[in-house]
Amino acid sequence: MEKISKSIRKKDHTAKVSGRALYVDDVVIDGMLYGRLLHSTKAKARISNIILPDLPEGYFVVDKNDVTGENRVQIVLADTPVFAEDTVEYVGEPILMVVGPELKAVERILQEIVVVYEEQVPILDMRKADTAFFDIKYEKGDIDKALAEADRVFIETFETGHQEQAYLETQGMVAYPHKERMTVRGSMQCPYYVHGALTKALGYDAKNIQVVQDVTGGGFGGKEAFPSILACQTAVAAKKANKPVKVVFGRQEDMEFTSKRHPSVCTYKVAVKNGEITGMDIDIIYNSGAYTTLSLVVLQRGMIGANGVYRVDNLRVAGRAVKTNTVPNGAYRGFGAPQTFFAIEMMMNHIAKEMGVDALEFKEKHLVKQGDATSTSGKYHFHVPLPEMIKRIDELCDYREKRKRYEQQTGRFRKGIGMSLFFHGCGFTGSGERDIIKAVTKIRKNADDTVEILASNTDMGQGLKTTFCKIVADTLGIDYDRVNLNNPDTDLVPDSGPTVASRSLMVVGELLRRASERLKKEWKPGEEQIVEERFVEPDFIIPFDIQKFKGDAYPTYSWAINAVEIEVDTLTATTKVLGAWGIYDVGVAIDMNIIQGQMQGGFLQGIGAASMEQMNYNDKGMIRNNKFSDYIIPTAVDVPNLVTEIIDNPYKDGPYGAKGAGELPAVGGAPAYVAAIENALDTIVNKLPFTTEEAMKILQEENA
Amino acid sequence: MIKFILNGQEVASAAKANERLLDVLRSEFRLTSVKCGCKEGECGACSVILDGRLANSCMVAMGHVAGSHVMTLEGYRETKRFAVLEEAYASVSAVQCGFCIPGMILASECILAKNPNPSEDEIRTGISGNLCRCTGYTAIVKAIGIAAKEGKGLW
Repeated sequence: MEKISKSIRKKDHTAKVSGRALYVDDVVIDGMLYGRLLHSTKAKARISNIILPDLPEGYFVVDKNDVTGENRVQIVLADTPVFAEDTVEYVGEPILMVVGPELKAVERILQEIVVVYEEQVPILDMRKADTAFFDIKYEKGDIDKALAEADRVFIETFETGHQEQAYLETQGMVAYPHKERMTVRGSMQCPYYVHGALTKALGYDAKNIQVVQDVTGGGFGGKEAFPSILACQTAVAAKKANKPVKVVFGRQEDMEFTSKRHPSVCTYKVAVKNGEITGMDIDIIYNSGAYTTLSLVVLQRGMIGANGVYRVDNLRVAGRAVKTNTVPNGAYRGFGAPQTFFAIEMMMNHIAKEMGVDALEFKEKHLVKQGDATSTSGKYHFHVPLPEMIKRIDELCDYREKRKRYEQQTGRFRKGIGMSLFFHGCGFTGSGERDIIKAVTKIRKNADDTVEILASNTDMGQGLKTTFCKIVADTLGIDYDRVNLNNPDTDLVPDSGPTVASRSLMVVGELLRRASERLKKEWKPGEEQIVEERFVEPDFIIPFDIQKFKGDAYPTYSWAINAVEIEVDTLTATTKVLGAWGIYDVGVAIDMNIIQGQMQGGFLQGIGAASMEQMNYNDKGMIRNNKFSDYIIPTAVDVPNLVTEIIDNPYKDGPYGAKGAGELPAVGGAPAYVAAIENALDTIVNKLPFTTEEAMKILQEENA
Repeated sequence: MIKFILNGQEVASAAKANERLLDVLRSEFRLTSVKCGCKEGECGACSVILDGRLANSCMVAMGHVAGSHVMTLEGYRETKRFAVLEEAYASVSAVQCGFCIPGMILASECILAKNPNPSEDEIRTGISGNLCRCTGYTAIVKAIGIAAKEGKGLW
């Protein structure tokens, strides 16, 4: 373990453990009003009339007519309305907001509003969608030749469903106008995203918008783009009221109407010749929902990882993010990768099974290694530690021996073990860091020789306050207690980019390290000094061409292996997780406890997605699983034996060797779990989640 | 008026009998450590200790509280036991986003009050009514085990 990895008391520990940390719902401002949104109850309709009750004094309604700028929320594109115009495109689309001094009265008024809809036929099934928001294709080698010359071609389709971030703190914002300005604060990952969206929707100069992050109770991607929408609505209301307005979502509202992981349908056509894979032809559909939000980038990441950790010289990947009349999907930890990694890992298992060879040995034969080309004809520039990670996980859980032993069991209780191999591309996809984000960060040395970090990245629980401060303190050679990082306020910090894409520590952390190195050289005791650093693309990169979809999609990759062992009770169809093991390469851990916590939490989210987290629609497009009582996430008793290990594999352009970490663990839990189910029940599964009901179906067929 | 003991002090609330204890604690008494996560008794973020037992305050009607003892983290954090839990949680960095933590700390207290030397299974069962989406629970379970050891004699 590196010296920097030794854990330290987290910067935000004391405030949070004592309950003193204030989250947005804890913020109360004099004269503050409360807002609640009226959401569409139809999946596709024209609004023909809205009948309002008599509003008591002090209560009013805010809608599209109150938007002083453009009635659009700037995300990647700007197609999401702040408030619905003439039509609604999904159940939950915000139509208007009721605002007033008493929350209960606001809620009562909301109940009394009648919206008259002219209903239209919604498209709910992504396979029947007639609009592709994004349609991308890339290839390398000659896939048609590979397919034509193959000994065998394996074809299979995989499906994954919604996954809800289920952060414990629901979405919330407070907006307050003052003089010519508007301040918005709340739960968010990306203050400057919110800032940009507000500028457009309010029609204000950028300098008149201030965005402040409050302590944020979990994000997992769910607070990447959605807060921009809620911030615009809340700010429009505050402007109309000329008073502070607070909007905090209830759990049901949050689960039903905020962005989730994109459901997917992936079809793989794999050419095999002489026992080896010679080509893959992959077709991917992601369900965007009603608006584009982040679907373009989510789709790209899914497509880039579609061949997994395997070398495929002849490759074609076609992807579409399609429009349906369902809630817009967005970022969720892994960002498009968990869907295709589920598909590729299962595909590899199934091909091996058909060919009568061991799945892990078959995978090992095809592993990428340093110097190999990536899917997009970039390069794996650095060591790929998968072989030693396989060895280690086998030592930990006895995978190979168990896998054989669990084949073809009979009897009531049947065990199974499964494995998944995966990576996560570190940082923004393609040339995003260089061309779009252009991160700027500063450190300020105060006259008392304390140091403050000025960056727009947020701590939403992943420990950034601690890891950023550790990097700066260690580089400067000063005490950790003398370095501070406050929640970002766009009036005070430069735009160092959003807190997404497992980029903050690797990219912004490195800028901070370099700034600290300079400050150390220029250090003048007792004087105020400011050092600024700007992003520069590492020189080894093969530039990514977004039109051709070629080049290094990522500078480097974090690698991992998961294994999950389960036991199915064939009488009740319930499944018990006996053990879950993960080996992770995140370069170097800047804080071992923090990285362990990230890996453990992400792994459990993956096992949740595989086994219990189900979210379905009814035929009217309404989400049925909209509460914690019917959208079930893992509790402390579900996966008791969860073991994670971190290996060192320093990355030369990351601070102290660190690479991306946050999303990696959410990528591989599901395929490992499902592979274990297949091992136990001697079956083939190509759909997520695999719930108890699914197990029951298989067992009933077996008995029939 | 509904009279009860809140963090050791006798208080009276003007709330109606059918109001949720959660709402009253947060709005009338401004005890913001009590978090609202679901309002259906599933997540445990609003946990309080009600007459010595862990309770989801969103599922407790004010009428039920009359004459009871209610402890929130604002009261509990003044105790020696809390200081032990605080350090134990810090030593394994068990706090991530922090939203579940007030409930987790009170759940930890209830586990240890019932059994000062709990097994891992007992710890896991004891916090199984408190959802955490960040940690995977491993560090929290460890922290409670550490607190049991470090706080010997306090429970």
